[in-house]
Amino acid sequence: MYYSMLFYIFSFFVIASSIGVITSKNPVYCVLYLILAFINSAILFLFLNAEFLAMLLIVVYVGAVAVLFLFVVMMLNINIEEKKSKFLKFKPLSIILGSIILVEFLYFLIIDNSTLEKLSNTPNLEQKNNTISLGNILYTDFALLFQMCGVILLVAMIGAIVLTLRKRPGVKKQIIKNQVDTKKEDVIEVVSVKNNEGA
Amino acid sequence: MIEFFNLPILINHYLILSSLIFLLGVTGIFLNRKNVISILMSIELILLGVNINFIAFSYFSSDLTGQIFSLFILTVAAAEAAIGLAILVVYFRNKGTIDVKDINVLKG
Repeated sequence: MYYSMLFYIFSFFVIASSIGVITSKNPVYCVLYLILAFINSAILFLFLNAEFLAMLLIVVYVGAVAVLFLFVVMMLNINIEEKKSKFLKFKPLSIILGSIILVEFLYFLIIDNSTLEKLSNTPNLEQKNNTISLGNILYTDFALLFQMCGVILLVAMIGAIVLTLRKRPGVKKQIIKNQVDTKKEDVIEVVSVKNNEGA
Repeated sequence: MIEFFNLPILINHYLILSSLIFLLGVTGIFLNRKNVISILMSIELILLGVNINFIAFSYFSSDLTGQIFSLFILTVAAAEAAIGLAILVVYFRNKGTIDVKDINVLKG
C-alpha cells in the first residue's frame, strides 16, 4: 500500500513539474522545474530496481545537462515578458494535438490491453546488484554499441567546441604551428663581447 | 480510497505516466513559441518519458536490455543538448535574439 501511495505521489510530482516546464514564463523556472521532474523520475526508477540509471539520471541530467541549460539561460539575455496574443494563438492547436495523441496512447493502454497481460506482475530479476548485472551485459553483448556511444559523445564535444569557437581581434593566443616552426637562428643571437666593454 | 491504494502498481501505471510525460513534451513544443530553449527542454521531457517506458518494460519483463537502451538514450540526449545549446549560443551571438518567430532565415 505504501508502495502504491509513493508511486502516486512521485508521479504526481513528475507530471506537475512537467506542466511547470511547459507553462512557465521565466526560462529559469522552466529549468528548475525540469530538475524537479528529473529527480522525481529518478526516484521512480528506484522503484523499478534501476538504481544505476537513477543515479545516472541525477548525475548526468541534473548535474550536467540541466546546469548547462541554466548557464545558457543566464548568459543569453532573454526578455521574460511575452505577448498574450501570440501565446493564445497556438494554444488551441497544441491542446487539440495533445489530446489526439493522449487518446491514441490510452487506447492501447486501457482498451486494447491484451499484450500487456502477458507480462508478469512479480518480476524476479536475480538481484545481485543492478550495476554489476548491467555492466555484465554492457561490456559483453553491447560492447560495440557502448563504444559507439563514446564516439557520439566525442563528436558532440568536438562539435560544440567548433561551433562556439571564434577568433577575436586583440586576444593573444598560443599558435602551436609557429612555436614548432621556430628556428634557432630566429630567436637566439650570438654576440661576442670584448673584455670590459659589456653593458 | 484505501482500496484504491491497495491495488498493485502494474506496468499500465508506468506506461500511462510515461505517455503523459511524452505528451506534455510534445504539447510544450507547440505551446512554447517564445524561445528555443523551451523547445529543447520539451525534447528533454520527451526523452524522459521514453526512458520511463523502457525501464518499466525492462522491470516487468525481467530483461535488462531496456535499461541498456535507456543508457544509450541518456547519451544521445546529452549530446543533443550540448550541440543544440551550442547552436543556440552561436545564433544568439549573430542575431541577438532566440525568439522562434524571429528565426525565419530559411523562410520556412
